[in-house]
Amino acid sequence: METKNNLKAWIYLAPMLILMAVFTFYPLINAFMISFYKDYQPLLNLRSAGLTLRNYLIVFNNQLFWKSVLNTFVLAFISVPVSIIVSLFISVSLKSIPKLKGFFQTIFFLPYVTNAIAVGMAFAVLFHVNYGLVNVVLSLFGIDKIDWIGGTASWWAQMGALMVFTIWNSLAFKILVFTSGLENIDKQYYDAARIDAASKWTIFKRITVPLLSPLILYISITSLIGALKAYNSVVGLFGERLGAQPYSMITIVAFVYKYRADFAFTGFYSYAAAASIILFIITLIFSILQTVVSRKRVHY
Amino acid sequence: MEIRMAKLTKIFTSKNKKEVRAVDNVDLTIPSGKLIGLLGPSGCGKSTTLYLIAGLLRQNEGQIFFDDEEVSEMPPEKRGIGLVFQNYALYPHMTVRENILFPLQNLKVEKEEAKQRTFEMAELVGLQEMLDRKPKELSGGQQQRVAIARALVKKPRVLLLDEPLSNLDARLRLQTREEIKRIQRETGITTVFVTHDQEEAMSISDEIVVMKDGVIQQMGEPQDVYDFPANLFVAKFLGNPQINVFDGEIKNKKIFIQDMEVGKSKLPDQPVKIGIRPEGFIVDSEKTSNLRFDVNLVETIGRDTTLIIDMPGEEKSILDKQSFKVIVDASYRVQAGDLVHFTIKPDKMHLFDFEGNLLK
Ligand SMILES: Nc1ncnc2c1ncn2[C@@H]1O[C@H](COP(=O)(O)OP(=O)(O)O)[C@@H](O)[C@H]1O
Ligand SMILES: [Mg+2]
Repeated sequence: METKNNLKAWIYLAPMLILMAVFTFYPLINAFMISFYKDYQPLLNLRSAGLTLRNYLIVFNNQLFWKSVLNTFVLAFISVPVSIIVSLFISVSLKSIPKLKGFFQTIFFLPYVTNAIAVGMAFAVLFHVNYGLVNVVLSLFGIDKIDWIGGTASWWAQMGALMVFTIWNSLAFKILVFTSGLENIDKQYYDAARIDAASKWTIFKRITVPLLSPLILYISITSLIGALKAYNSVVGLFGERLGAQPYSMITIVAFVYKYRADFAFTGFYSYAAAASIILFIITLIFSILQTVVSRKRVHY
Repeated sequence: MEIRMAKLTKIFTSKNKKEVRAVDNVDLTIPSGKLIGLLGPSGCGKSTTLYLIAGLLRQNEGQIFFDDEEVSEMPPEKRGIGLVFQNYALYPHMTVRENILFPLQNLKVEKEEAKQRTFEMAELVGLQEMLDRKPKELSGGQQQRVAIARALVKKPRVLLLDEPLSNLDARLRLQTREEIKRIQRETGITTVFVTHDQEEAMSISDEIVVMKDGVIQQMGEPQDVYDFPANLFVAKFLGNPQINVFDGEIKNKKIFIQDMEVGKSKLPDQPVKIGIRPEGFIVDSEKTSNLRFDVNLVETIGRDTTLIIDMPGEEKSILDKQSFKVIVDASYRVQAGDLVHFTIKPDKMHLFDFEGNLLK
């Protein structure tokens, strides 16, 4: 009986497993193999005999790679927590204005259904040094013009603009998840907390956040993984140059793309593969770390 | 502390614009230091009344006073009440200790004192061994007691309990009921205990308040309300088995069921509803009274025997058959099929008009 059921389960799972095998496991293993090839030329399918670690060494000795790691980490480790906190606050605020909730939900959801490249172009206008809205608003507070994304933009200015764009882009999904999570919290806990004389802030900190903690964990892991794979946002905001100055905002995925695009050069394809395996390992480590650390803090 | 409600009304408007007067023009005074049972069928407005007292709901009309202080517009956290929710609403992510501490932390009670009071409360409800457990690691009865401890730890002026026993099994219900009674007596706190179970309300309360469709029907000591119901609803709601209701009439100062005389009355001739408690029947072993029935079924449980009797009359289908219950002492040897004569204890019989109002 049991084996029969097992067989059925396998048959139901088969289409998914086959798709995953073809589009996930095969490319992953393939990339893993290629990252060890010697003098690989994918067009001619030529390579020297044997495997090597040299591709990794070359990547590790590449200035641009370290720049991409730095950019990616700064972007991920600031934008993820900030966007989680912001979307939590927005979701909680939405809850207290039930009448306008639908309207605001639509607004916050728009970025989700809009193409990141297109939104990026809009943000590029917003951050324009002379006629961008951001500088206009800042000037109201007596702050001098800042070149955010132009040729003279500092690294921090570019990173700031990229950060704002990334956070904006990622809010929609988080707000969606958090608002539905909030709706699932039993209203009686809030009644009980009011009876227990808890302030709004205490309720947020000691009731809402802990009760949402499984969702917060889920969101933080998925969005950290997403942020470590940042690429669209850079292209959207800065175009093909990947920065106000060439490559100044390059990310790890952008680095992979750049070398992959130059695959005609001997070995470049393997460098790209090596970089992507490194990214894979980084992502894996952080996800595991986050799960382990959070498990202690997540309630039930 | 005394709680006084004056013309208190709460109206809910449902989605299809229908208005529900969940609490309807309620005038009610809950005396200080007493345990009051608020009793009524499901949906009659008991929880709403409780939430109005707590301040979680705002009344449409009327006022609430705690002693002489009006609290009608006061937010719940300022009212100084303890509330135990129907399903306890313990914070699932906090331990028992944290649950009980929570109100004290919010009230900025000094740390050592808060610790001390938490422990005293745990002791009062007998949970000092469980302080480090999470609610889901406790049984229903224990969760219940944590909820009471959390409600009492801030030394509230009033304790409100919303059907606190309804989630417990029968044995635990009896036990916890005694426990609540004891805690109330030890603390002397004014307590409102909501329930739809008349037996529970009767056994635990100093006074009961019977409610129906948002309107208070009667208030008084349990035995008084039982003995002198203000209307047919109250008469039917209290007592198990239920009071028997017969269609009858008053003729020449005599009360008749069908053509059998059951008692005397000073009221003018009229058709009436006659309520007779099951224990209001006395077996007439002389067989002289003309109130007599064929016994259908006999159930003896312990010292009581319950006779189930079909109303005689035109032959109806089994489903339409009206039957009633009589409780007699088990020493009477009665068998199904016997013809038994009864007399009625006058104080166990109540007369109502056809709207259900008591006739005096
Ligand atoms: N939030 C609400 N919205 C609409 N109607 C409600 C609401 N709460 C209670 N009611 C209605 O008010 C009446 C009384 O409810 P409730 O006080 O909960 O009754 P009880 O506690 O006696 O069972 C019911 O008819 C119920 O449907
Ligand atoms: Mg209720």
